[in-house]
Amino acid sequence: MDIDAKEYLAPGHRGCAGCGATMAVRLVLKALGSNTVAVSATGCLEVITTPYPETSWEIPWIHVAFENASAVASGVEEALRSQGKEDVNIVVFGGDGGTTDIGMQSLSGAMERQQNIIYVCYDNEAYMNTGIQRSSSTPFGASTTTTPAGTQSFGETKPKKNMAMIMAAHGIPYVATACASYPQDLMNKVKKAAETKGPAYIHILQPCATGWGYDPAKTVKLGKLAVESNSWILYEIDHGKVNITQKPANKIPVVDYLSQQKRFRHLDEKHIQIIQDFVDQQSKELGLLE
Amino acid sequence: MVSIGAAVKDPGSTRKNKTGSWRTFKPTKSEKCIQCGICYNFCPEGCISQEIEIDYDYCKGCGICAEECPVKAISMERE
Repeated sequence: MDIDAKEYLAPGHRGCAGCGATMAVRLVLKALGSNTVAVSATGCLEVITTPYPETSWEIPWIHVAFENASAVASGVEEALRSQGKEDVNIVVFGGDGGTTDIGMQSLSGAMERQQNIIYVCYDNEAYMNTGIQRSSSTPFGASTTTTPAGTQSFGETKPKKNMAMIMAAHGIPYVATACASYPQDLMNKVKKAAETKGPAYIHILQPCATGWGYDPAKTVKLGKLAVESNSWILYEIDHGKVNITQKPANKIPVVDYLSQQKRFRHLDEKHIQIIQDFVDQQSKELGLLE
Repeated sequence: MVSIGAAVKDPGSTRKNKTGSWRTFKPTKSEKCIQCGICYNFCPEGCISQEIEIDYDYCKGCGICAEECPVKAISMERE
């Protein structure tokens, strides 16, 4: 695999052992290279990489609030443009909370204005940094601290927000889903996003040992199980054309993915069937299933 | 003058923080290694070199390298 040997995210960061966020972001940065400015919304990534006065970042990096990362990135783009620097990659990193909930309106604005930025959502399916509270990206059935599984409540009762399709509805030139368990696929998409004139959005499913409840050594495995069960479909929408980039070699039932995680261990067969039906429906919509 | 925000002018300065002290299980590479680079790609700390040398100053012992190694060249042992 052709990969930049330079590290743009230094070790010594405070990510949990087996952190999927730093795994993904490290690869994204290697695909983008040194001519890059990064903006981070508040979230796990910001907290673990910048314990003041230290930083893991080896490129210019700005931390802003949950709400306005895309607005700040838009400002960075305009400022660089006014200086005649139009070849700089401007990348935003937001978690699922900072993207699908709190940062949604500034992100939508930046996409609608056709800002030449790359937005990367690292989606661990809850607010992991503050203690595993549900977000609109938490999937049906998952137990979180605000949707706990127990006698009085079931776990998350609503399906996951389909953020990639919401971004595609903005008519932007490039939208993709990805997972760090497939590094070549992820880096190809990041490179394509960087070459795209105009906005690009990449949504990365990022297994989280702490929030999902699994052995930290299994972060890559969990990503693969998600893709092989079609729970997470790897595709891109390049100028309106949908392309499935990684079809599961051996499709597995969704229970094989769910059963590896503590957050789903309270589910019974009926609930698992609801999730299987939801996954099959999404696969059909993307043309993966007949 | 009121300062707005803060600037850190020392890129990569988390290197001061040796996270190797977090480790319970230590990965060790054997001669079975075929230098495929899979562990290098997946290490969340970026502390395995392209020559597959593990930097124990930062390795947190997550075990992803051992788990993903296609030829089982990395073993995890309690320290």
